[in-house]
Amino acid sequence: MTTTVEETVPRAAPRARPAVPVLLGSAMAVALAVLCLLSAGLGAYDIPVGDVLGSLLHRAGLGGAALDRVGESVLWNVRLPRVALALLVGASLGCAGALTQGVFGNPLAEPGVIGISSGAAVGAVASISLGLSLFGTWTVTVCAFVGGLVTVALVYALSRSGGRTEVVTLILTGIAVNAFAGALIGLCVFVADNAQITQITFWQLGSLAQATWPKVLAVLPCALAGLAIAPWYARKLDLLALGERPARHLGVDVERLRMVLVLVVALLTAAAVAVAGIITFVGLLVPHLLRMAAGPGHRFLVPGSALGGALVLVAADLAARTAAQPAELPLGVLTALFGSPFFFWLLRRSRRSQGGWA
Amino acid sequence: MTRTLFRGLRRRARRLPSPVPLGTVRAEARALRVRLGGRTVLADVNLRVAAGEVVALVGPNGAGKSTLLAALAQDLPAESGEVRIDGRPADEWSAGELALRRAVLPQSARLSFPFAVEEVVRMGRAPWAGTPAEDEDDPAVREAMATAEVAGFASRPFAELSGGERARVALARVLAQRTPLLLLDEPTAALDLRHQELVLRVCRERAAAGAAVVVVLHDLGLAGAHADRVAVLHEGRIAADGPPGRVYAPELLSRVYSQPVEVIDHPRTGEPLVLPRRDGRDFAS
Repeated sequence: MTTTVEETVPRAAPRARPAVPVLLGSAMAVALAVLCLLSAGLGAYDIPVGDVLGSLLHRAGLGGAALDRVGESVLWNVRLPRVALALLVGASLGCAGALTQGVFGNPLAEPGVIGISSGAAVGAVASISLGLSLFGTWTVTVCAFVGGLVTVALVYALSRSGGRTEVVTLILTGIAVNAFAGALIGLCVFVADNAQITQITFWQLGSLAQATWPKVLAVLPCALAGLAIAPWYARKLDLLALGERPARHLGVDVERLRMVLVLVVALLTAAAVAVAGIITFVGLLVPHLLRMAAGPGHRFLVPGSALGGALVLVAADLAARTAAQPAELPLGVLTALFGSPFFFWLLRRSRRSQGGWA
Repeated sequence: MTRTLFRGLRRRARRLPSPVPLGTVRAEARALRVRLGGRTVLADVNLRVAAGEVVALVGPNGAGKSTLLAALAQDLPAESGEVRIDGRPADEWSAGELALRRAVLPQSARLSFPFAVEEVVRMGRAPWAGTPAEDEDDPAVREAMATAEVAGFASRPFAELSGGERARVALARVLAQRTPLLLLDEPTAALDLRHQELVLRVCRERAAAGAAVVVVLHDLGLAGAHADRVAVLHEGRIAADGPPGRVYAPELLSRVYSQPVEVIDHPRTGEPLVLPRRDGRDFAS
């Protein structure tokens, strides 16, 4: 018995591994569907899950039955846009986290930690405080995208030397960028009037409370474009783990890959930040857990992190709404509360494995 | 379906390498000059490597061995002169087309994420995705792992391996790429005696199968025993290029290495052995 195991394991093990991603992916998808239904039903006005399903089917023209007027309105005008927004924001954050880590070749890279979210926030806050409306409902998103793009390009240029990113350089660059972005946000708040300040403050806490369908539409193009492009570059990200030169030796146009992915990260981060403010650590936590469970291959990690991010954010938003009813916890506060200790643990771990930072 | 279609469209323009008779020049440096950080590190370098031969680059530290290899690999731009791969200027090939023609073993192997050994070796097959050779992926990976003797730890994470094991995994990845040109930068540096011989034996086998192999070596003995030609680099120029028996002249090597050496023939095989000239200690007593 043991001999057959020994003979087959070295050859079969990595081939047999895809079972884990498939299982994990399906489990997450099922969990996500259930959570979405729950989240649509639970709240100050409870709607049984069966009725939620019925109403969904009814609108899709597949039978089912409509709810009463109040129920229908709560479900379709309040709950569902919120669930949809949580899905989009979560998927964007998770996916952006996986991509950032891959591009930087560093498991501690995350849009929030290295300052991309803050950069996007500067764009968003500036557009609010200056009362911009160039692009209609898309104004905040577009400004967040521009801010995020500038920041991610800046961080990339500043934190790399000799073709790689040191952990210390990356984190310190993040601190500097975050500080600078904080100052710019402060300036924007300074010039804003009272109504705008209230709007900025609530937005900054990271919340999905004011979810509406127009808001969903405002981020949908950004998020979908990013999520659709990202998986195409998964195999190349695997090769990038070898380093830049070896990746080029294997036929990857590294410069182009980097530019496309920086653009995608900016798109996804902007989508998340524009509606929900700065929600940190989702992009750090989700890819990490998935890498531990299913290995570092980006062909699973990139779409898996989108799925996992959506799962985490729908769950977190449900918790934020229902844990302290009738009050509502800010979502960003909740994720940071759980994410920060994890980040700390991660820092300790990678410090140990490297034998110090020097 | 759509995926293969998409891939087909994207890869359509790539030209696959074709087999050539032994002796056809695979890689060539013509009057190559490379500057790094304001300093000329290579000047007037001419080198031709043909299918079926192993060429060793030797020379003292800082002579430009790795720079020459990097220039051949198209990692460093030429200031003047040119590098040709398969008869065409290297910078006219796309990254994808070059990856089908030459594989490069870097001096040190590192990895950002904890991939398993077999996954790392399989990365060597990436350039062939979407070509008919994709069907060879599994046998190529298996064969490369067996050749480099890494099959025993195929499912272990790369990060947990020792330096020598990592070096062999990197070699297996390069072999799995199955390119007609191999550029190896100090492949024996981290290896023990047995595996040093193994690597050079693999070079010979690949050359016998029609590949052109360029290998940077520190050990003149290894180079003399296994290479068809040895190119001695000295201060960014090629001081000598030819079969080991001709290149290993005591005067030349003494001058290049600034260290008096003597060359003796192996009593049994006759291969040239290079030894630093040392003042006699009496080993007899």
